[in-house]
Amino acid sequence: MPRIGVFVCHCGENIAGTVDTAAVARAAAEFPGVVHSVDYKYMCSDPGQNLIKQAIREKKLTGVVVAACSPRMHEPTFRRACAEAGLNPFLCEMANLREHCSWVHERTAATTEKAIDLVRILVEKVKRNRPLYPINVPITRTALVLGGGIAGIQAALDIANAGHKVILVERQASIGGHMAQLSETFPTLDCSQCILTPRMVEVAQHPNITLYTYSELERLEGFIGNFRAVIRKKARSIDETACTGCGACIQKCPTKKIPSEFNAQLGMRTAIYVPFPQAVPNKPVIDREHCVYFKTGRCKLCERVCPAKAIRYDQEDMLIEVNVGAVVAATGYEVKGPDFFPEYGYGQYKDVITGLQFERLASASGPTQGVIRRPSDGAVPQTVVFVACAGSRDPAKGLNYCSKICCMYTAKHAMLYRHKVHEGRAYVFYMDIRAGGKMYEEFVRRAIEEDQVNYIRGRVSRIYERNGKLIVKGVDTLLNSRPVEIEADLVVLATAMVPQPDAEQLAQRMKVSYDEYGFLAEAHPKLRPVEMNTAGIFVAGACQAPKDIPESVAQASGAASKVIALFSKEELSREPLVAVVNRCAPPEYSTCIGCFLCESACPYQAIEREEIRTRDGKLIKTVAKVNQGVCQGCGTCVALCRSKSIDLQGFTNEQVFAELIAV
Amino acid sequence: MKVGFFPGCSLEGSSREYNESLQAIAPALGLELCEVPDWNCCGATAAHTLNHKLALALPARILALAEQAGFTELLVPCSACLARLASTRDELTRNEALRREISAVIELPYAGTTRVLSVLDVLLTCARDGLKDRVRHPFAHKVACYYGCYLTRPARLAPCRRTEDPQEMDELMRAVGAEPIDWAFKVECCGAGLSVSRLETVAELSGRILADAAERGAEAIVVACPMCHTNLDLRRDAILRRRGTNWRLPVLYVSQVIGLALGLNERTLGLHRHHVPVRFPAAVTRQPMEVGAGRSASDGSGAAQRES
Amino acid sequence: MSHPPSTNAPATLADRVAEATGESVFRCYQCGKCAAGCPLAAEMDYEPNQILRLLQLNLPGTEEEVLGSLAIWLCLTCETCAARCPQEVDLPRIMDYLRQESLQTGQAHPKAKDILAFHQAFLESIRKNGRLHEVGLISSYKLKTWHLLQDVGVAPKLLARGKLSLLPHGIAERGKVARIFEKCADTATTPTEKGAAP
Repeated sequence: MPRIGVFVCHCGENIAGTVDTAAVARAAAEFPGVVHSVDYKYMCSDPGQNLIKQAIREKKLTGVVVAACSPRMHEPTFRRACAEAGLNPFLCEMANLREHCSWVHERTAATTEKAIDLVRILVEKVKRNRPLYPINVPITRTALVLGGGIAGIQAALDIANAGHKVILVERQASIGGHMAQLSETFPTLDCSQCILTPRMVEVAQHPNITLYTYSELERLEGFIGNFRAVIRKKARSIDETACTGCGACIQKCPTKKIPSEFNAQLGMRTAIYVPFPQAVPNKPVIDREHCVYFKTGRCKLCERVCPAKAIRYDQEDMLIEVNVGAVVAATGYEVKGPDFFPEYGYGQYKDVITGLQFERLASASGPTQGVIRRPSDGAVPQTVVFVACAGSRDPAKGLNYCSKICCMYTAKHAMLYRHKVHEGRAYVFYMDIRAGGKMYEEFVRRAIEEDQVNYIRGRVSRIYERNGKLIVKGVDTLLNSRPVEIEADLVVLATAMVPQPDAEQLAQRMKVSYDEYGFLAEAHPKLRPVEMNTAGIFVAGACQAPKDIPESVAQASGAASKVIALFSKEELSREPLVAVVNRCAPPEYSTCIGCFLCESACPYQAIEREEIRTRDGKLIKTVAKVNQGVCQGCGTCVALCRSKSIDLQGFTNEQVFAELIAV
Repeated sequence: MKVGFFPGCSLEGSSREYNESLQAIAPALGLELCEVPDWNCCGATAAHTLNHKLALALPARILALAEQAGFTELLVPCSACLARLASTRDELTRNEALRREISAVIELPYAGTTRVLSVLDVLLTCARDGLKDRVRHPFAHKVACYYGCYLTRPARLAPCRRTEDPQEMDELMRAVGAEPIDWAFKVECCGAGLSVSRLETVAELSGRILADAAERGAEAIVVACPMCHTNLDLRRDAILRRRGTNWRLPVLYVSQVIGLALGLNERTLGLHRHHVPVRFPAAVTRQPMEVGAGRSASDGSGAAQRES
Repeated sequence: MSHPPSTNAPATLADRVAEATGESVFRCYQCGKCAAGCPLAAEMDYEPNQILRLLQLNLPGTEEEVLGSLAIWLCLTCETCAARCPQEVDLPRIMDYLRQESLQTGQAHPKAKDILAFHQAFLESIRKNGRLHEVGLISSYKLKTWHLLQDVGVAPKLLARGKLSLLPHGIAERGKVARIFEKCADTATTPTEKGAAP
C-alpha cells in the first residue's frame, strides 16, 4: 500500500504569492495513497528538510512529492534528505509549482487548481516509482591529450605529475606548437623558446607520458572512463630507436628548397628534416611528397650517410590502439594568410606578411637570423606598417569575432622592430587597443611612449605596390577621419586566429560540439570553460577560442584538474535514469525482437548488441543492450521500440501514462 | 601675524576695492600687511603666453624683492599673480641652472625662500584664531563661493585641497554666518583675460556661472580674484544681454563679506565701486534657464562629500 | 617623461615641445577628457586632444596646422584639462610653447589678432612702467585693433568710481624692468626698446 507524503513549499512569496499553498496541501491530503500533506515556507531549508525526514520516519512513507521549485534547483537536496531518512532517493519526486505555475500565471483560482493538478500527477507517478541505485562504471586511468602545443604540454604534465599515465599525440614532427615559432612573448619579452623548451624536454623525459609525434587521432570510441582510441603514427621513414639525431642526413639531402612550415614559408628546408633545432624529439622525418627517392626512386643519399643505419624507406604508418579514460583536446589554431585579403593584394605582394611570419623574421633562429628583412629583396625596411584587425571583427569576411591576441602581439612586433632598426618608423593602424591582461596596458603604452610607435586609429582600406613600395591607404578617425597614406617597405597584417582547417572533422570524429567557426564548444560559456558536452572529453587552449599563452596554460591546468578529479576514484558513479531492455525467463529471454532501431537512433551510441547463447555457444537470439555507462536517458529508444521492450528507469511507460491519466 | 603683501596691478586699479577691504579688515584680524617695495607686474597671462623666460623673470623679481625685505611669506590676493609666483618659485626650485640664469636676468639674488600664500590661506589662519567671536553682524545670506581656476589648479601648487569642490572659502563664509550653497560651477572658468579681446566668450562662460548660482538661490557670489570679479560684475550687462535675463546678484570679495560681518562700513570696504549694486535682497528673479545655455537644470545635489 | 628625439631625423614639432617643456605628446591616448572639460572647446578649430593628435601624427602639413590654429590662441590656460588628464599631460605648458613658436614663425591665426594685440599691449605697458597702466593698455589695444569704440561706456563709470588712473604710475626701478625685457628679448613675441612687436 502506498504511503505518500506531500510537502508543499511557499518558496517565500515566489509560490505563495500566486498559489494558495495551504489549499494545495489540503487537496493533496485527499488524494488516494497520500497519508501526509503539509505546506511550509522554505522546504529547502534545514527545518524544511527535517519536516520531510521526520515524516518519512514517523509515517513510514513509501514515496515523497515535494511541490516546490524546479528539480534543476533542488532535486539533489531533497533526494539527499530522503536518503538520510532511509528512503531510496529515487522515490522522491518534485512537482514544479514555481517555474511551471506561480512564475507564469496570475493569482487566480485557476492557478491554484493547476498547482493541485501538478501535485496529483506527481503523486500518481511516485506511486509507481521503484527504488533505483547509482550505476558504477570502471575508469581507465590513462589520459589522451590531443595536441602538443603549450596547452597540450601543460595538461599532459599536470596529469602526469598527479601520477596518471598520459598519451600525448602531436601531428607535427615535434611538439611545441606555435609558441615554438615565436621570438619573444608579451608582456615580458621573454624568449619564447627559452621558456618553452624546458617544458618540452620535461614531456619527453616524463616517465608517465608516452609521446607520439607525427601522429594523429584516427578513431575514438567509447564513453567516459572507457574510451578506445586508435592513433595513426605516420611513417617518419626513420627508425627512431636507432637514430642518434646527428643530422648528417639533413646536411646531405639534395632537395633544399622546400618552403619551411616552421618558418611560415619564409625560409627553406630539406626533404629530410627536423622542424627546428630544439625539436622534441630531435629525430628527422622524410617528407615523402618532396623527397627525390619517393618521387623518382633515385638518390638514397641519406641512407648512405647515416652512421646509425636508421633510414627506413619502407616504413609504414602504424595504427596504435589505446584505452583511455579521458581525452583533452588541445589542438590549437592557425592564422589566416595574406591571400585572404583582396584589398591587400590577394597575397601576391611578397612584402605583405602575417604576424606569424614577422615572428620568424624577428626570431634569432629564423630565416634571417633575427634581422628584419623584406622577403622580396632582403633589404632592411625603414618604414613598417602594422595593420591590426586583419580579418577579425569582419562579418563581411565571415569572421565576426575578435582574435584577442593581435593588439598585444602587434605592439610587441612594433617594439621589436624599433629595437632592431633604430631609425625605422613603425605605424600601427588600429580600431581599438585590447590590452586587458596583467601588465598588458603598460606594455602597449611603452610601445607608444618609449619606443615611438605611431598608433593611428583607422582601418586600412587598401594596400598596393608602386615602385617597390607598398602604399597603405588608411585614415585617422581622431582627426575627423582625414586620410593618411603611408609608403611602407613592409606591411605586417595581424591576421585572424582560426581553428585548424580540419577542426570540424576532428570534432566529428570525437563526437563533440563545435561552433560555426570550428572552435570546439565548451559546456557552458561562463561556468564550465574546460568541459565539453560529451562527458569525459575536455578542452584547452586556442582550439576552443582565441586566447593568449597565460590563458591557454590556465585552461590546460583546469582541464587537467578535471581529468585528475575523474581519475581520483576507481569507479564512476552515474544516475540510474537510464534505459533498460527487458529480460525474462527462457525461452523468450526478452521481448526484444532484435530490430535495432534503437541502436541507430541513439544519439549517444549507447545501445549495443547482446548475443544470447546456449551453454554450448549456439546463438539463440541477438537482442539490444543498453550501455548504462553511456546512456543519457533521453528516451528516444523507448519511443521507437516497436515491441515496447525498452523502458526508461525513473520514467517508465507506466509512470508516464499514470501522469497523463491523472491530469 | 606679519606678512609680506603683493597687491598686483589689478588691486591698484580696476579692483582697488579688493585692496581696500583687505587693508580694512587686517587690523581686526591681527594682520600686518607689509607691501613689497617697488614691486613690478608679474606678467599675468600675457607674459607666459608670449615669452617663457619673461614669464619667469618678472615674478622672480617680485620674489627676490620680498626676500630682500626679509619676508618669509608673501600674501598674493590676486589668483593669477598667485599662480604665476607659485609656478615660478616651483620651476626655479627644481632647476638650479635656470634659477641662476633668471637671477642674472633680474640682476638680483634669488634663493626661493619666500613662500606665497593665497588670501584664503591667510584668512583661514586668522579665522581659526577666533573670527567667529568677532562677528557683529552675521552675513545671513545664501552665497555661492566662486573659486575660479587658479585657487584649485594646478593641484600640486594651488592652495585649495579639493580640486573639484573646494571648501576653504565656504568655511570662511560659515564662520561669518553666511550659508554657502552647494553648486556646480565653483571651479569653472569665467573667461579670464578674454574680457577685452573676446567679450562674447566671457559673457557665455561667466553667464553659465551666474545662471547656476542664481538657479540655486544664491543671493550673492563671493570671489577671491579680481579677474573673476571683473567678469562677473563689470561685465554683467554683456552677460544679461546674451542670456536675456535680469540677475542682480552682487559679487563680493571674500574680504568684503568678512568686513561687513565684522561691522565695517560699506564705503570703507569699497562696495560703492561695484558695477552691480550690493543690495539685499538682491531681487533675485528665478528665471528659468535657457535651453542649451551650458549646464542643464540643477538637480539640487546633496551634501558635499568630505575628503579625509 | 620626455620623449626621446628620433635619431638622425630633424627635430619634429613634438621633439621641440619635449625639449622646451619636458612633456611628451605621446603620453596622450586620445581619451578626449580635455576637450570635454575645455571652456573654449566649442569655439576651437581643433579640440585640445586633436592638437596633440596632430603633433603625434607628424605628417607633412600637420605642424603648420597646429601652429596656425586658432585653438592655441583661444586656450585660456585655465588648467582644467591638466587637472583632469589621466595621463598627466601638461597641456597648458605645451600650449604656451606652441603659441611662442607660432608667433616666432609668423603663423598666428588671423582671428587671433585681437587676443594677440591685447597681450602685446599689456606687455608694452609693463615694459614702460613696470606695472600695468590700464588706460594705457586699452588705448594701445584700440590703436592696434581699431576697435575704437569698445568699452567706451565702461570707462567713465570706472573713472567715476576711482578705479582708473589716467596717468601711469611708473615704479622707481622701471628701467630695470625694461632691462629685463631686453634680456628676455625675442623680437617676434615681446616688445623691446626698438619697437613694439608686430
